[in-house]
Amino acid sequence: MTQTAPRTKLTLRAREAIAGWLFVSPITIGFLIFFVGPLIAVVGYSLTEWNLLTRQSTFVGMDNYVDALSQNPDFWHVLKNSLVFAAGLVPLNMALALTLAIALSRPFRGVVIFRTIFFAPVVTAAVAWAIVWSFLLQGESGAVNQMLAVVGIDGPNWLRHPDWAMFAVIVTRVFKTVGLNMILYIAALQSIPRDYEEAARLEGASGWQVFRLITWPLLAPTTLVIMVITVVGSLKVFDHIYLMTGGGPENGTLVLAFYIYEQAFEFFNVGYAAALAVILFVLIVALTITQVILKQRSQPQ
Amino acid sequence: MTRFHSPFVRACWYLSLAILAVPFVFPFLWMLSGAVKPQAEIFSSSLSLMPKTWRWENYAEVFSYQPFARQYFNSLYIATVVTAGTLFLSSLAGYALARIRFAGSGLLLLVLISALMMPEEVTIIPNFFLMKWFGLMNTHAPLILLPMFGSQGVMATFLMRQYFMALPPELEDAARMDGLSRFGIFWKVALPLSRPALAAVGIITFLFSWNLFLEPLVFLSDIELFTLPLALSNFTDAYGLPLWHLQMAATSLAVIPILIVYIAAQRQIVESFALSGVKG
Repeated sequence: MTQTAPRTKLTLRAREAIAGWLFVSPITIGFLIFFVGPLIAVVGYSLTEWNLLTRQSTFVGMDNYVDALSQNPDFWHVLKNSLVFAAGLVPLNMALALTLAIALSRPFRGVVIFRTIFFAPVVTAAVAWAIVWSFLLQGESGAVNQMLAVVGIDGPNWLRHPDWAMFAVIVTRVFKTVGLNMILYIAALQSIPRDYEEAARLEGASGWQVFRLITWPLLAPTTLVIMVITVVGSLKVFDHIYLMTGGGPENGTLVLAFYIYEQAFEFFNVGYAAALAVILFVLIVALTITQVILKQRSQPQ
Repeated sequence: MTRFHSPFVRACWYLSLAILAVPFVFPFLWMLSGAVKPQAEIFSSSLSLMPKTWRWENYAEVFSYQPFARQYFNSLYIATVVTAGTLFLSSLAGYALARIRFAGSGLLLLVLISALMMPEEVTIIPNFFLMKWFGLMNTHAPLILLPMFGSQGVMATFLMRQYFMALPPELEDAARMDGLSRFGIFWKVALPLSRPALAAVGIITFLFSWNLFLEPLVFLSDIELFTLPLALSNFTDAYGLPLWHLQMAATSLAVIPILIVYIAAQRQIVESFALSGVKG
């Protein structure tokens, strides 16, 4: 008895380990093949000059990165576009999401209908949303410009005008995605105990003071999560650009994710496109790490 | 219930919400309206939602212009396969990561979490050559494999793990006493208890696959194999200009069934997305 007891314990543990690895192996193997492998490969590709048309691949070291960062004027233009897109989309999206959430977090007659409406674009295919908005935003006969004409405004050809295309894509993208952030904010608002507000009200705090001193600080963790999701989402935007502007006019909406696609699958510059993908990867990792640091810093309070 | 101070305040409240709702509702209405208008009427400057002439033939033409029924079926079956596969693999792995103690599980979890945020644009180039090497170009295999094993599959695994973590382990004790294997416990006890999580993951995964655009664009060239999002972008005339009346008819055929399901199961669907956002 005394001899076999430890052995059975060991075999039980071994059995558990085998079961554990068997359970995770399908997803782990697939993940290694279709995610980790490609992630390593893309770094390798980025060190080569590889053109699909000439079918030649030569090792060029950091040339693609040097090319992107110092030779090719397109890269900085594209990066600027991506940052403009993010800088426009993120605050607009979050401000609207919070406003809607505050309006819709407490029950009133019809609140479910309004929540359903603002969330509907989230379940709608991005492609469908982009197509319908392209239809609405046409120059002459588009519904938006006809509505503007009613109040005497002569609207531009939104998606073909260098000054307006980026704005139009950002705003329609906000309409597509704001519902998700709204729902996250509503969940967070509803988890704040009502006593806090009532106590502050009894002390004579105004509605704005309650929001600034109680609600907003308590929403901080949610705000952080939403910010990271939204920033990353804005950096990977592809289908809206592809369908609404094709990166134009005058490359005015050419953003990083679209540029990667274009370089790889339309111009066949595999090495250069891979270097761009690595840069996108680094950008996103940096942002995620920043989030973790910010989160840890905000916790002790 | 929120009480309004006066009828005037209430009127202002509903009016401002209604105005805010316009850009969220009007696109759907204008889509439905364009779908049954003749092309000439679309280009006339009319803001009327009601067509002067109803042209139901638009819907018929959608199916003759390209193999739309086939493309619709492609989207449906791919989303179903991806959802079923993801549910099985992610619950299996999520269960092990939550319940079974084995060497390397912590590290594996960390690696998986780090992939949660990674967009497919980063790995699409090597995956293109991988699929070419496997001989899977211009097939549906990449559209099934990449969501299942990419960041979407990882997200599903993570959500399932979080759910299993919250299940009381005592629930499994009786099954263990009966001598059930780990898989038996997972299949007969844990999985039936995780229906809410499976529903949430299933909904998100189905919609993710249904809406996928970059992968079909990169991997498919045969129009018979197209999925809906790719097919929708394809209603153009000889000059590459959009045929709006067909485009709107096709888009409404793709969007309306999803919207009906969404409205019917509104609470469940919204909660599923809230869950993925909170955990992600």
